[in-house]
Amino acid sequence: MARPRDIVVAAALLAVGRRRPKLQGDREPIVPRGREQPRTELAVVALLLATGLFAAAFIAFYALDRLPNQTQLMGGALGLAFLCLAAALILVGKQLIVTEEIEEDYPVPEHETEQETIAQIVADSGSRITRKRLLKASFGVAGAALGTALVVPAASLGPVIDMNPFYATTWRRGRRLVDENGRPWRASDIEPDDFYTAFPEGADKENVSSPVVLVRLPVSELHLPAENAGYDADGIVAYSKICTHAGCAISLYRTPLFQPDEPKPALVCPCHYSTFDPADGGTVLFGPAGRKLPMLPITADASGFLRAKGTFDEAVGPSWWGVRMRKARPA
Amino acid sequence: MGREDAKGAAGVIRKLVRFLDQRSGTAPLLRKTLRYLFPDHWSFLLGEVALYAFVVLVATGTYLALFYTDSTHQVVYHGPYAPLRGQEMSQAYRSVVYISTTVKAGLLIRQTHHWAADVFIAAIVLHVLRIFFTGAYRKPREVTYWIGLSILVVALLEGYIGYSLVDDLLSGMGLAIGYGVALSIPFVGANLATLIWDGPFPGAQPFFGRMYIAHVFLIPALLAVLLTAHLGLVALNHHTQFKSTRRETDRKLVGVPLFPGQAPRSLGLFMAVCGVLFLLGGLAQINPIWLWGPYHTYSSTNGAQPDWYLGWLIGALRIMPGWDLVVDGYTLVPNPFWGGVLFPGIVFGFLASWPLVERRVTGDFGYHNVLDRPRDAPWRTAIGMGMLTWVVLIFFAGAADRVDVFFDISYTAQIWFYRGAIWIFPAIVGGIAYRVCIELQRGEVIERDRKQAEQEAAVAAAGSR
Repeated sequence: MARPRDIVVAAALLAVGRRRPKLQGDREPIVPRGREQPRTELAVVALLLATGLFAAAFIAFYALDRLPNQTQLMGGALGLAFLCLAAALILVGKQLIVTEEIEEDYPVPEHETEQETIAQIVADSGSRITRKRLLKASFGVAGAALGTALVVPAASLGPVIDMNPFYATTWRRGRRLVDENGRPWRASDIEPDDFYTAFPEGADKENVSSPVVLVRLPVSELHLPAENAGYDADGIVAYSKICTHAGCAISLYRTPLFQPDEPKPALVCPCHYSTFDPADGGTVLFGPAGRKLPMLPITADASGFLRAKGTFDEAVGPSWWGVRMRKARPA
Repeated sequence: MGREDAKGAAGVIRKLVRFLDQRSGTAPLLRKTLRYLFPDHWSFLLGEVALYAFVVLVATGTYLALFYTDSTHQVVYHGPYAPLRGQEMSQAYRSVVYISTTVKAGLLIRQTHHWAADVFIAAIVLHVLRIFFTGAYRKPREVTYWIGLSILVVALLEGYIGYSLVDDLLSGMGLAIGYGVALSIPFVGANLATLIWDGPFPGAQPFFGRMYIAHVFLIPALLAVLLTAHLGLVALNHHTQFKSTRRETDRKLVGVPLFPGQAPRSLGLFMAVCGVLFLLGGLAQINPIWLWGPYHTYSSTNGAQPDWYLGWLIGALRIMPGWDLVVDGYTLVPNPFWGGVLFPGIVFGFLASWPLVERRVTGDFGYHNVLDRPRDAPWRTAIGMGMLTWVVLIFFAGAADRVDVFFDISYTAQIWFYRGAIWIFPAIVGGIAYRVCIELQRGEVIERDRKQAEQEAAVAAAGSR
């Protein structure tokens, strides 16, 4: 049963037993000698042992299955292991090693003879050349042409010239408006003070021209501009859901209202709070958007299903150089 | 001596150095490197923190890359996280949910990676501020400074692409905005955007692969090259130093040698950065992407905020009045350009051109190894503080929606406040900074005069006795 005692004795010997570093003959030390710090040494040893302990704990936490708060335990153990090691190293740097303050000259700012020599080597190397400008121009032509040739294949990355997709929309006359799961919307589904998302039946929902927002306003409060006359289906209006500012989905509808600070119902984009007027053809009320929301003309058919009467009055999506040059069109 | 082999560690080192020196002749270089001097000031550690955060980013990022799938191919989720079951999502998003819920230590490494990115950029920004306000960019260190600025620009892009890769609802919104900003570049924006996205938003299948290779290889490699050039130039010119005693001059450097003095401290700082980042990664939740759900072009959420380092750009996009510059039906400048391109362009343009401007204005073309304290250059400090105020106010404008929710202050009113404040407050803060610098300088003169007078009085008193 002498085992544990042996370990204790060995540990005590390790902790107490010290050996001074041998002096290197009689030569002058480069790093000046400092006073011994036996207590700091022990502190460093303790910190290093703690590092090992926390690292072992990390391994244990990792190995255990179905451990509650495993991420927290692993992160805590690994973080503390690193921090103990950091503390040990900083103690070594601050107390176990002599902090020397040494002076040294900064590098000389410049080497004038070398500069001159380099310039001269370059100048001297052209002694056989007589048509310097012609050669220079030829190298320029070669370099520019070859450089362009190497860059041109980048055009394969995507369509660069074809702007048609920016005007193409998934809407056309007669397409039914459906919800996210493909169920058609009826005019009677659309309640006032609520907000609905619709897509063209059978179209790609991820296409930015597909999603529209539907809201119902009292017909008396609708004052659509002349070019949007008849775009609503008895007070139900449909606008592109993609903000004309930076392309986020418009998912806020400011209604019902709390007078007097909110003057009228509005569609709001949560990214930069561009605010649009659904009663007025989607004009900008506030925020950074520079264009009104594109409006989709809709109607309710004989069975009450909502259908598009055409496509948007304007190109959808964020502004770009040609966004105002052509109208939206069915793809 | 030399030949007789000492026993123990010293002997091993001696043998190793001899082996290297005989085969490369690098002993003189190694000796110089060991005795490379580091002047001591806490603010010199900021750049080091950034470096160590970068190392953590590479290590944790490599681990994450072993599990990530760079595909927007739509799949239905059947994994262990019940609220998402049955939802359609991209393979990319599913793989990050898998890392977060199923891979052991996956969430720890993912969160540590995210925290490390935030700390990396924070450390760089603080480092740039330190460099600016102490005039450390002056000759001969302009190139070091410009490389440092490009590291910041590239790091911002790297961080943005990193959280875009997740393809959760927030990152999709971020990408939509990035696309909107790309579209807004005059004349070429739409063409550039379709080139990068392989078609109009949300782009074609190759786009995520492009972001992935950029995030895990192209940009990190570029960062590594820039970091190497940056540190190489720092070492060639040696560190700058503050004048704390008479000994430090533009010709004389005073510092602690790399070995043995600096090495354990720097290693200790490295380990401390690792420790703090893993503690954060384990204990402080960041970007719980399983709560955000998958992205679709038709969905968004209120209260969306980017990582902190993009807050200034969100703020700029938000406070800009709704102006598209249109000339005869041709949209010359779409709105996101103002806040998303022009604003950061002005800030970085200011920072990059400042050393040249200052040199021209002051006529000071000399070498500077001793740093200014902010008070030593009142104009620089005033202009810098004004610029900083401008950017910080715009940063806070980006959080106006949160202030609306938490403090019930009208969003619209706040935006109108910021639209005025960003032009008034920088001037006020700059003016105050200038006064403070001048007063501090005067205080020093008075203090010096007083000390001198006291000394003279003491001498006189001793003489008359």
